[in-house]
Amino acid sequence: MILKTRTSADLPWSEVTPEPIYRSRREFLRTGVAGITGAAVAALAACGTAEVAEAQTTLASTPNPKYVATAADTLNTFEQITTYNNFYEFGSEKGDPAKYAGKLTVKPWSVKVDGMVSKPGTYGVEDLVDFKALEERVYRHRCVEAWSMVIPWIGVPLASVLNKVGPMPSATFVEFTTLERPSEMPGQRTNILQWPYVEGLRMDEAMHPLAFMVIGLYGKVLPNQNGAPLRIHVPWKYGFKSGKSIVRIRFTSRQPLNTWQIAAPNEYGFYANVNPNVPHPRWSQAHERRLPNFFSNTPTQMFNGYGDQVASLYTGMDLKKNF
Amino acid sequence: MRRLSVIVNAALASRAFYPVVWLACLTPALLLGWRVYEAFTGADPSALGVNPTETLLHMTGRDALSLLLLTLTITPIRRLTGWNRLQSIRRTLGVWSFAYALMHVTCYVVFDQLGDIAGIWDDVANRPFITMGMLAFSILLVLAGTSTNASIRWLGRRWQRLHRLVYVAAAAAVVHFVWGQKADIREPLEWAAYLAVLFAIRIGLAVRKRRRAVQAAVTP
Ligand code: HEM
Repeated sequence: MILKTRTSADLPWSEVTPEPIYRSRREFLRTGVAGITGAAVAALAACGTAEVAEAQTTLASTPNPKYVATAADTLNTFEQITTYNNFYEFGSEKGDPAKYAGKLTVKPWSVKVDGMVSKPGTYGVEDLVDFKALEERVYRHRCVEAWSMVIPWIGVPLASVLNKVGPMPSATFVEFTTLERPSEMPGQRTNILQWPYVEGLRMDEAMHPLAFMVIGLYGKVLPNQNGAPLRIHVPWKYGFKSGKSIVRIRFTSRQPLNTWQIAAPNEYGFYANVNPNVPHPRWSQAHERRLPNFFSNTPTQMFNGYGDQVASLYTGMDLKKNF
Repeated sequence: MRRLSVIVNAALASRAFYPVVWLACLTPALLLGWRVYEAFTGADPSALGVNPTETLLHMTGRDALSLLLLTLTITPIRRLTGWNRLQSIRRTLGVWSFAYALMHVTCYVVFDQLGDIAGIWDDVANRPFITMGMLAFSILLVLAGTSTNASIRWLGRRWQRLHRLVYVAAAAAVVHFVWGQKADIREPLEWAAYLAVLFAIRIGLAVRKRRRAVQAAVTP
């Protein structure tokens, strides 16, 4: 029942948009007629190399002009985004998610909504996400390990999802739980972390217009290794705050205990806002490596550069203590 | 076993043995160097993966540690098998371990810290995992620096005592590996287990030697 209107397992390879064409289309949108020739040439070239990396279904969306790639923030490639990431459910190496997530069954998918909410129950992805409102947002993804990537996500504001189920005023926090299915997630057959993976946000953080519920990237349905079918991205926080493959949304009045905080409370806090002034116990956060750059030569920006929009959430709060 | 020993001893005595060892130590560096060249010139931008510096730190760190533990494996093998010629490559392996550690630290200094002394000091002083790496590296530096025949002659008996620090370096490097992980310490613990076996063998050999010495003293 999930995504049934759009996906089809036997989609012909020819209908998949390879990234170069995707890129040139976007380029075309930006540069207008002058871009046509270039786009056509790029498209032809791309057709020649028919070995499309991912049989991922295309996903239409409207680019949000407020969040686009800039000269300073150039997009990482689809290949980079989908072959290098942390998703400990599949293993602790950065290549493990791409290696093992192919076996994950994401259809059917259901999300349990419970806690302090007026419409608890079990929902499908299309019940929570308005497919007609899908937008594309280019966000910088900053890992706690001091590297970052720029990613064109597709999704809807997290607030639009939460509002559908009607959180009660008493709910001050929301908790997101990731799928636990050791048979398909080899990392869960080890105890390197406590399963299932749990993350949480303060309600005002979750309702902030920047917080994004993601179901795709690069014009395609989200690849399994990046958290299909449903994940969050909270761009002013370290990546581990953004839960993947979500199966439960729980509203509560108590601050949730997130998985990495349980694993190492002196290294990972609840807030995990990107902050150059609060070092991780094992490395400084003052600089970051903008992958695939060799050099860790970009000064980390407070709130990952989104401070003008989110700093007010934390006025009067000691961010060194609440790291 | 006896026939195997004959073959091994012949191989160890062959003139090709030393060059082969040397080439085996050099090859990983050459391959890695080639990938750095490809990535840097853009010939193959993904030659070192999406996070090139992480790849370099991981490869050189493991190579340095492998060679260090291999160095420490020579004596037990020689003692247990009597393949005495193995001893001649121990120093070579040790110096190569230092060479990889030097590449490792150079990557860290150049790519991670951009040569910023204050940043490096901040790490060494405040992050125990880096402190341990620095301890291991400092020892390897001293040992490599005193690995020449001239140093051995000059230091005499003190040379042996000084070079026992190699065990401290190995332990510090393994701790550095364990403490450097975020959550998954299974692999570094395997290395730690191997080091523990080496320690156990060494202690066993020392005890046996002492017992023999005592026995020799009491039986006139
Ligand atoms: C000043 C000295 C040293 C510094 C600053 C240093 C720094 C680092 C850094 C930054 C990492 C990467 C951690 C990560 O990204 O996961 C690392 C990993 C490592 N280092 Fe060092 N290191 C030093 C000395 C050494 C020495 C002497 C050895 C071995 C003899 C060594 C072996 C390793 C190993 C095995 C790893 C783990 C690789 C992996 O996770 O795959 N390091 N070191």
